[in-house]
Amino acid sequence: MGPQHPSTHGVLRLVLSLKGEMVQKVEPHCGYIHRGMEKMTETMTYQQIIHLTDRLDYLSAHMNNAAVCLAVEKALDIEVPERVKVIRTIMDELARIASHQLWWCSFGMDLGGLTCFFYGLRDREKILDIFEETTGSRLIQSYNCPGGLMADLDPNFQKKVKDFIKYFRKILPEYDELLSGNIIMMERAKGVGVMSKEQAISFGMTGPSGRGSGFSCDVRKHHPYHAYDRVKFNEVLRTEGDTYARYMVRLDEMRESMNIIEQLIDNIPTGDVAVKMKPIIKLPEGEYYQRVESARGEFGVYIISKGEKNPYRMKFRSPNFCNLSALDTLARGQKIADLVAIGGSLDYIIPDIDR
Amino acid sequence: MTNQELKDSILKIEPTAVLDEGKQCLNLTVAADKWYSLAQQLKGNKELAFDYLFNLTGVDYGDTLGVVYHLESTMFHHVIVVKVSADKQNPQIPTICDIWRTAEFHEREAFDFLGIQFTNHPDLRRIFLDEEWKGYPLRKDYDPSVNTI
Repeated sequence: MGPQHPSTHGVLRLVLSLKGEMVQKVEPHCGYIHRGMEKMTETMTYQQIIHLTDRLDYLSAHMNNAAVCLAVEKALDIEVPERVKVIRTIMDELARIASHQLWWCSFGMDLGGLTCFFYGLRDREKILDIFEETTGSRLIQSYNCPGGLMADLDPNFQKKVKDFIKYFRKILPEYDELLSGNIIMMERAKGVGVMSKEQAISFGMTGPSGRGSGFSCDVRKHHPYHAYDRVKFNEVLRTEGDTYARYMVRLDEMRESMNIIEQLIDNIPTGDVAVKMKPIIKLPEGEYYQRVESARGEFGVYIISKGEKNPYRMKFRSPNFCNLSALDTLARGQKIADLVAIGGSLDYIIPDIDR
Repeated sequence: MTNQELKDSILKIEPTAVLDEGKQCLNLTVAADKWYSLAQQLKGNKELAFDYLFNLTGVDYGDTLGVVYHLESTMFHHVIVVKVSADKQNPQIPTICDIWRTAEFHEREAFDFLGIQFTNHPDLRRIFLDEEWKGYPLRKDYDPSVNTI
């Protein structure tokens, strides 16, 4: 199956061992778009690395950038202005909603419901417009930089975000009507690809996929960063551990993200959007780790610095790579068509796996 | 558990382990031959309960190769960083992928990029690069010109 297959949403090859239509074993073959990013970082400055992390999980570009920025800021003991923290939080949550919208529409399409695809993309467009106005880019924004943000908000930002939330609160129940309660969808998702909590922890399956199995792994809750310690939100958890649970977690997370944005959007502090940084940043010798919650799970950056302008070793802990390792366990004993549903519910982004 | 309590209970299990408090986390350095039994205890011990391996990194330190494990307990949320190093000529480290399943792919990655041999690993092959790829790209003495694409 693959490397060119509509359900893998990228170049991933799965070697299947089958007995009739039943999957006996799934063996992922990665590396079709391996770019050697960890090697590349060893010759780049920290400001340049920002533009690489965008291209890992391109739907969580803000969060990935923030991880590198936070690691650098922590290493240098820099406290970013309050305004930056709040804007970063709002941007992260907007990116999360946009990412889940795209996941929802392509998950529906994987199961044969083409209408979802148009609904999801139509609504995601509104968030991309907001991103474009402020950051100048729609997909890979590179908006965060060590010390703050690349640019200040667009004057229309607050109004546009509020309009979007008003609009999307009305639209979200339609997602449920269209797909969540659909009998064909439920038959194909309930009880399919079940993973227990212990297994999910052992596989390091984080994000909505892990929380569908009851693994409380939300970095925003357990190791708060940005402004997450001052907003109220629930960590969405379900215990069934099947494809349907992972589906429902993502839908509920969109509601939680809107709650977070609503708490912050009216009181963005005034002030600078960046601390003045040197053009070449040298991190003091040592090791630094920073984790953030991307749309797909825990994204981590591990930096070993020898005091130079570029890292001695940099490792990206990619959530999709860990989630992919659980695919074999999830799909064994299921049908080939179920593998498509399971893969869709894991929501993997191939560039993040291959790095 | 506080870092001091963690230190005490780990030293009780493995007296040869070296613990030091880094800037961010508690670091633990252990010899490769002691690592597997300590890993079992780190996960199995009810007070430690490090059940979540959230990162595994292979590193070339210059004269040695090493693996850095980031562990967290999902119950107590304490974090520890374990470092195991190996000789560069014959880098052998026991696999821990039967304790934390996520390590299976991560160890294949460390093997792919640094050539670290994880003993008893069920399926130690390259994961990203081609089977015919020469050398290990993340080693500091790697010469990129040996592979032409």
